Amino acid sequence: MPINYYIILSLTLFVIGIVGVLTRRNTIIVFMCIEIMLNAVNLLLVAFSKMHHINQVATNPTAGTEAQLFVFFIMVVAAAEVSVGLAIIVMLFRNTHSIDVNFLNRLKH
Amino acid sequence: MTIIQILFWLLSALVLLSAIMVVINRHPVYSVIWLIITFFGISGHYILLNAQFLAVVNIIVYAGAIMVLFLFVIMLMNLNKDMEPQKSKWLKLVGAIACGCLLLVLIAALKDIDINNQIAETNTGNIGLIENLGTVLFTKYVIPFEISSILFLSAMIGAVVIGKKD
Repeated sequence: MPINYYIILSLTLFVIGIVGVLTRRNTIIVFMCIEIMLNAVNLLLVAFSKMHHINQVATNPTAGTEAQLFVFFIMVVAAAEVSVGLAIIVMLFRNTHSIDVNFLNRLKH
Repeated sequence: MTIIQILFWLLSALVLLSAIMVVINRHPVYSVIWLIITFFGISGHYILLNAQFLAVVNIIVYAGAIMVLFLFVIMLMNLNKDMEPQKSKWLKLVGAIACGCLLLVLIAALKDIDINNQIAETNTGNIGLIENLGTVLFTKYVIPFEISSILFLSAMIGAVVIGKKD
């Protein structure tokens, strides 16, 4: 497939994630939209890795491996981030009985 | 139209529709279910690009572990439908319009780049198989791999400390 299609697909997915972050007030759904954005970036990285591979396969038969390993490490970091983030959300809910992001602005004052 | 093109368009429509459903659904549990469908669609894209290892890891880590974590947190909080206060209609409209403008600008900027006629190879190439990735991961990238285990340990300790009742 042409690389443009993958670029446009990933951009649309990323923008859908931004729409979710901007228009929802539920902290958990905001968090899920961040996961959508991460996955859009991962998809684009894999598509670029395959594009690099088909261009460089004559000189280097394993060209493009690094991008896929990078995606693997992004998934690792995302898993760690989700566990800590959900723990923070649970603690906030226990203290304030709300997961509304407009309500959680106490650091501002 | 070859079978790969048909699969690409089907998977793209699935991914985009379920991502939109994640955003517009009011009930958090339904959002989680739609997000799982999104992840399966993205795994389908990985298989189409012949990155089978990443497809399997995506299903195991995201659809398996992270989404179960989300469902557990929603269950613990006992959220029901009417609990979430909605932003005003105008604010939602403004957010959607702003993001549409962002999408337009990004597409316009990336329309004329010089990689435009390149092909991302589908269904061939063996760099995404576990043999190649495992060899590189455990020889060249073994130190980042071990550091990520320390990251996991600290994340686990952090989650336990934050989530503990004091």
